[in-house]
Amino acid sequence: MIWTNAIIQGLLTGGLYALLACGLSLIFGVMRIVNLSHGDFSILAAYGVVALAMHTNLILAIVLVLPVMALLGYLLQRGVLNRSLSKGALAPLLITFAFSIIIQNILLQVFSSDNRSVQSGRFASMSFKITKNLQIGALPLFTFIVGVLLTLGLHYFLTYSRVGRALRASSDDPGAADLVGINNKHIYGIATAIGLFAAGIGGVLFGMRTQFAPSFGPIALIFAFESVIIGGLGSLWGTLIGGIVLGIGQSIGAQIQPSYGVLAGHLVFIAILILRPQGLMPKQKGK
Amino acid sequence: MATHSNENLLSISQIHKRFGRVVVADGITFDVKKGEALGIVGPNGAGKSTLLNLINGNEPLDSGDIIFQNESLNSLAPAERNHKGIARTFQIPKPFADMTVFENVLVGSTFQGKRVNHKQASEIALESISRAGLEAFFNTPAGKLRLLDRKRLELARALACQPQVLLLDEIAGGLTDSELPILLEIIRELNASGVTIIWIEHIVHALVSVVHRLMCIAGGELIAIGKPEEVLENSKVIELYLGSDFEVGGVA
Repeated sequence: MIWTNAIIQGLLTGGLYALLACGLSLIFGVMRIVNLSHGDFSILAAYGVVALAMHTNLILAIVLVLPVMALLGYLLQRGVLNRSLSKGALAPLLITFAFSIIIQNILLQVFSSDNRSVQSGRFASMSFKITKNLQIGALPLFTFIVGVLLTLGLHYFLTYSRVGRALRASSDDPGAADLVGINNKHIYGIATAIGLFAAGIGGVLFGMRTQFAPSFGPIALIFAFESVIIGGLGSLWGTLIGGIVLGIGQSIGAQIQPSYGVLAGHLVFIAILILRPQGLMPKQKGK
Repeated sequence: MATHSNENLLSISQIHKRFGRVVVADGITFDVKKGEALGIVGPNGAGKSTLLNLINGNEPLDSGDIIFQNESLNSLAPAERNHKGIARTFQIPKPFADMTVFENVLVGSTFQGKRVNHKQASEIALESISRAGLEAFFNTPAGKLRLLDRKRLELARALACQPQVLLLDEIAGGLTDSELPILLEIIRELNASGVTIIWIEHIVHALVSVVHRLMCIAGGELIAIGKPEEVLENSKVIELYLGSDFEVGGVA
């Protein structure tokens, strides 16, 4: 029973990793930008909610912060990242690295290095009793559901909306997309807006589960990276599956020995890289 | 053949372009009339594809002017020129491989610089697909098409942009003898429906069976422009491009 429990808790944690990762996956998929600041944007959103929630309620704080994240993403893409795209792969990588340093230091300056958390009151400790030894926390379950819904939503958006089709076209061949009348710069802005919106959701739910400090961005980034790679680059469903596999790996490791959790996740990641480097669900090429 | 008006749709005037020391456009000047089909021939490296790139904005001009419907295109990006009515196909087809034929074409009809609703965009896409003869492959991922159908898709996607001028870059290259007439018929019908065509092609007999005028460029210079039969008999064109033993055989 303890193993069943470990697997279920890991599965639910996987939903959180998928949330932290799906924006990373989208930004890489459309623009081939590896966003090294992705975790820091998640933590930034969590701090934003902490700061706003002091003056208003939690729901309103989240509703206000998430659109700001999307707007920030659009502006940073159009104002900064788009300019670096023609200068090779290194320039955007360095810029996102710079974002990471800037965000961490601003957070340190404004909020100090003390641990914070997003206070969600009773919701954080609520749980459903399934059997005598098996309980499911309301927050992990909610996080998992949000992860699945966001993946589903993004899937339908990319498949059926006009902007979604333009995103896929730009991702496939920006030159040809330009020639059929698509403004790649705007489309890239939208991709990053969605990416940071998703990073924000992940960050806020992360901050409800655990305490965090300004230096936590890179940790969130590592988990997001591992989810994307395990699942297979360029596939949103793969990223969800990757997050779940990573979550279950960590939780089984922690069951063996509490301090082994994160290590076990890394081992799963390395095993996938060796045995199936294309990931579990790589993007299907139309070939 | 379709008749065309005397109105200039596109005026290329004194355009220059060089890549390092290689001159690819050296003061080329010509006009294209509305509804006309103009063929371009020339040896490899003459600057033919570059000329199309300059017209649609893939490459910036060094100097000169490109006037389309009395408006300078010089400072416009490719997407903006597309919105003005200039579409093109590539020598090597560039479909969005992961998207279906319909989605590929729909992208073309959706982003036209003005708001097009989904119903209108779908109708334009359907019509473009049927004009290119691709109905049977409606839901096929573009990456799975054979060469002729990829070329048809290039055409359909360009048509979905509802262009006034269609730039074709060696669209007949690589097709078999049985496939070629199918494509020529599609291009003839497009031109007859009023789309102005500027077409680079090495398969000269195919080209002259469709175009009204022929132009030969070599080394970035315009060697001759005029009626196809005259250009093909021009001594400089024969010397620089066709070779002395050339005959226009097997006109389709």
